[in-house]
Amino acid sequence: MTDRAGIYARIIELIQPLNSKSIVLTENTSFAGDLEMDSLTVMDLVASMEDEWDIVMPLNMLPDLETIGQVADAVMRLVTK
Amino acid sequence: MSDLLSKFDALAAERAGVLTAGVRDPFAIVMEQVKSPTEAVIDGRDTILLGTYNYMGMTFDPDVIAAGQEALAKFGAGTTGSRVLNGTYQGHKACEEALKDFYGMDHAIVFSTGYLANLGIVSTLAGKGDYIILDADSHASIYDGCYLGNADIVRFKHNSAEDLEKRLRRLPPEAGKLVILEGVYSMLGDIAPLKELVAIAKAHGAMVLVDEAHGMGFFGENGRGVYEAAGVADDVDFVIGTFSKSVGTVGGFCVSNHPKFEILRLVCRPYVFTASLPPAVVACAATSIRKLMHAHDKRARLWDMSRKLHGGLIAQGFRLATATPESAIVSVLMPDQETTVRMWQALLELGVYVNMSRPPATPAGVFLLRCSLCAAHSAEQLEAVLQHFERAAAETGLFRQAAE
Ligand SMILES: Cc1ncc(COP(=O)(O)O)c(C=O)c1O
Repeated sequence: MTDRAGIYARIIELIQPLNSKSIVLTENTSFAGDLEMDSLTVMDLVASMEDEWDIVMPLNMLPDLETIGQVADAVMRLVTK
Repeated sequence: MSDLLSKFDALAAERAGVLTAGVRDPFAIVMEQVKSPTEAVIDGRDTILLGTYNYMGMTFDPDVIAAGQEALAKFGAGTTGSRVLNGTYQGHKACEEALKDFYGMDHAIVFSTGYLANLGIVSTLAGKGDYIILDADSHASIYDGCYLGNADIVRFKHNSAEDLEKRLRRLPPEAGKLVILEGVYSMLGDIAPLKELVAIAKAHGAMVLVDEAHGMGFFGENGRGVYEAAGVADDVDFVIGTFSKSVGTVGGFCVSNHPKFEILRLVCRPYVFTASLPPAVVACAATSIRKLMHAHDKRARLWDMSRKLHGGLIAQGFRLATATPESAIVSVLMPDQETTVRMWQALLELGVYVNMSRPPATPAGVFLLRCSLCAAHSAEQLEAVLQHFERAAAETGLFRQAAE
């Protein structure tokens, strides 16, 4: 599934096991603030998304990707590139 | 007005919590006296040093000390200048010559620390449009080098040839690529499968940099590092190292056979915009490096000590980070922060200093008591260390807890 909705749904599935406080995940949920993920966890999550869509998401992109919605947009861009 | 330091409140509170529980601060140890490479006085107590990376015991080598004293008297306490202005003395050149001889390479550049060597070389080699592919467990100085530069950063799973290959395959074939590896990973003391990793990097047209901070002095025929022992010297483009471990002083370097290597002296900011090492330090380093070329007995002793400590701790029931002794670092796996700190303190009170490590410095959230051996540790010291580990575990109830 490589439409925006499909990508978003799959990202939610990938994040769910790391959502230890079981907060409600939305487009605006942030990784550091809401999910309290440390940088190592975020980097591992990025690796799983790279493998899921066979893309390269360089670590230097991460400072601009604060929320789940922003990550979905970035994956969408990389997949359609 | 918002207080810029408030962002550290959570960490400060966690730390205060540990300290009010009556524990000595693991990150505020003061060495009151240093008696030898393996012994210091901490809190007024004689303490065996088992966490200093002083692998070859060169800190008190008489020739090294004499060279430092002579340079101090002849050339003064410091250079007050950058390597590219007034800060290159004949001692810095002699030190670079010693490195070229030690590594059998054409070029050597000495930096003020190993941290700066990684910061400088990594950020300068790979620029905009290039890719850096680094092991996930890379040292902070490598990550910081990535963030100082403008390359795209791709991280692969620690020591996984398969993951490295997968990530290299996704990159544009024509782009410049630098694969960064370490010989020994200092948290767990495990070594890299360099033969496999370097072959994959080369097959994808990447240049290869290996950080041998914890491998210099005792891996390979000439003590050059894990890359030498793995037989991949011809395929490694750059080796980074430090004087702060086996060499026994302070400083960092990069060596290479690349014909265009010397230009880096002009474009590498952490080389240009900081003061050079003091004359005494480069004199100590050059003398130490030359002695390490012939330190076969010490190497054999260090390996013997590592095997004994590793085997002894396993026999007592400790869980270690590697199944077999892979390097001179023996890392003991601990269950949680509180037990780690209590065990660490019990060891200190018995007269053994080890490193305590915790996330995020450690991979996969593990807590560690890291031991590093020295060729100068005596059989009696090792015996005492093993007894103290056993007693500290009993005092802290480590095994009882693990059995639950
Ligand atoms: C792998 C690695 N690289 C680089 C360094 C930095 O060396 P230095 O202490 O000279 O800054 C260290 C140690 O601190 C290290 O463990």
